[in-house]
Amino acid sequence: MSLLMTLRIAFKALGRNKLRTALTMLGMIIGVAAVIAMVALGSGAQAMIEEQVRSTGTNLITISPGSFNMGGVRGGGGTSTRLTPEDAEALREIPEIEYVSESAGTRSQVIYSNQNWNTQIEGVNIDLPLIRSWQVQYGTFFTAEDVKSAAKVCVLGANVADNLFGEGVDPTDVQIRIRNQPFKVLGVMTRKGASGGGQNQDDQVFAPYTTVIKKLSGQQNINRIFAASRTADELSSAAAAVTAALRIRHGIEPGDTDDFMVQTQDDIVALRTQTASTMSSLLMGIAAVSLLVGGIGIMNIMLVSVTERTREIGLRMAIGARGFDVLLQFLIEAVVISLAGGLVGIGVGYLASEGIKVYMQSPTLIPPDAIIIAVGFSAAVGIFFGFYPARKAAGLDPIEALRFE
Amino acid sequence: MPVISVKNLTKIYVVGEIEVRALRGVSLDVEAGEFVAVTGPSGSGKSTFMHIVGCLDRPTTGEYHLDGRDVSKLSKDDLANVRNSKIGFVFQGFNLLSRTTALDNVELPLLYMRKNGLRSAERHKRAMAALEAVNLTDRFHHYPNQLSGGQQQRVAIARSLINEPSILLADEPTGNLDTRTSIEVMGIFQRLNKERGITVLLITHEADIAEYGTRLIRFRDGRVVTDQKVLHRRNAADELAALPPPEPDQIAPPEHEGEAAH
Repeated sequence: MSLLMTLRIAFKALGRNKLRTALTMLGMIIGVAAVIAMVALGSGAQAMIEEQVRSTGTNLITISPGSFNMGGVRGGGGTSTRLTPEDAEALREIPEIEYVSESAGTRSQVIYSNQNWNTQIEGVNIDLPLIRSWQVQYGTFFTAEDVKSAAKVCVLGANVADNLFGEGVDPTDVQIRIRNQPFKVLGVMTRKGASGGGQNQDDQVFAPYTTVIKKLSGQQNINRIFAASRTADELSSAAAAVTAALRIRHGIEPGDTDDFMVQTQDDIVALRTQTASTMSSLLMGIAAVSLLVGGIGIMNIMLVSVTERTREIGLRMAIGARGFDVLLQFLIEAVVISLAGGLVGIGVGYLASEGIKVYMQSPTLIPPDAIIIAVGFSAAVGIFFGFYPARKAAGLDPIEALRFE
Repeated sequence: MPVISVKNLTKIYVVGEIEVRALRGVSLDVEAGEFVAVTGPSGSGKSTFMHIVGCLDRPTTGEYHLDGRDVSKLSKDDLANVRNSKIGFVFQGFNLLSRTTALDNVELPLLYMRKNGLRSAERHKRAMAALEAVNLTDRFHHYPNQLSGGQQQRVAIARSLINEPSILLADEPTGNLDTRTSIEVMGIFQRLNKERGITVLLITHEADIAEYGTRLIRFRDGRVVTDQKVLHRRNAADELAALPPPEPDQIAPPEHEGEAAH
């Protein structure tokens, strides 16, 4: 019998018991919809993380002080403050590194007229806008000359500017006060949103790091060094070169642990993604279980169907159907149920993910390969769970089957 | 050359630890164009004999030549092919597919044809021709539950004819029918046998139904006890003419409604 004919017979047989077919399909629909919705949620979170991290600069390498280690006594992360402007200077010699910026921060109140705002004063170098691919909206960034002379100039984050001057106001050349010292506003950065770490990047004030060290925080060392590799491909080799250079500068013997940490954007993405993917694989597990339940439902109903139609099977065999013809007939019925259920499930899953997007304000994204996998998987469920009942039908003895009451 | 030729046919079933010897050496030939009635009490082996002749089962020992071909040792799939092309079955319970029109029921064996499958137009043509042979062309689009028992059995006969089989195997074809309808159905068998020369093997336990055949074979305890010509053969057409005309618009009796295969 031709495949087309078998397909037609399958549709006819399923049409005879519409309610039962629909209920069996419902198991698959729920299973596939759950998988699609969970995948959409997981990929949406993933995409959001990647987007946030990208907004802080793709080729970014962050060097921060590691744990303090002396005579076997180990401090926690950040207890060593052994990052100096000279370290930063050394990194500028590495060929894979394109930009380097020192970073020294402190929190302080900033005051303009009768407005004030508590924010992060971030002391950086002139490469920072290049490292973070971040432009100024108003005015200009400070210059190498400002850094050299530790000039009292600053560039505001958009949020800070809003709070001090109101939205859409260009405060260039205005004087503000930080720790009772007048700072000249050179410009305002464009809006950037939340960083990969979740902080609001627009809520900070940039000033030359020399100014922050000498006039605000009073520290000798710098908190962190930001660097950017030339290309994304060179990121890991650049990070390795940074590690090697700093180990030599800090006199760390081979085998000893670093007293600094080198993190690339890939590391940060991986760290953040891990949390998201643990969550989504948990949800995927639940979804897979419901798909399994759907499959068992199909097997159950196909077994009932084989028993009910024993006489029909006997007749078909008597008039010339081979075991294979019968096997195919029932297998195709199972696959039609599971595949149709899968297709409807994709639609329901899509609607569910749109619902999640609107009502839970979670980003969702359905990757195209998830749809292909869902279709393939539902067909596979039909074949897997339909095979046993179909084989049972094909193995019937025609004489017994014809006598069946 | 006989259509059916069996030699020393035996069939032993093993049920648990007991051996049941259903056939204990049956030898007989059936020539083309014969109308053979096979009778015997239940447990006599007539059903087993029919199953083997119908290629639904294989003998334990012995030979079975159908149309000159030894079919006693064929594989299951090959037996299915033989059933499809050489044998037409008519059952007591009609075994029509429910919610399937008479025409589609009649076409069914064509769908399982192994070689050169037919186009759907050709299938329809042949199915209509088969329905014409049982005078049921006007009901071709009816479903089994819209047909009377006699009409359902006529659809089943049309289905058995569709592949132009060598033999027509009828297993208690009148078992579910009233007297008048039984005579009608036997009339169809007699007509097909006479006009088309179709070889008919009729299995029945009713002695009077057996008398519509040309030859009577009686089974007992797995053996053939008598094998003789029917002396006073009944003629269904004459008997029908003598009966009072049927009540108009005969409808299927309720007990027939669930009879079609589900």
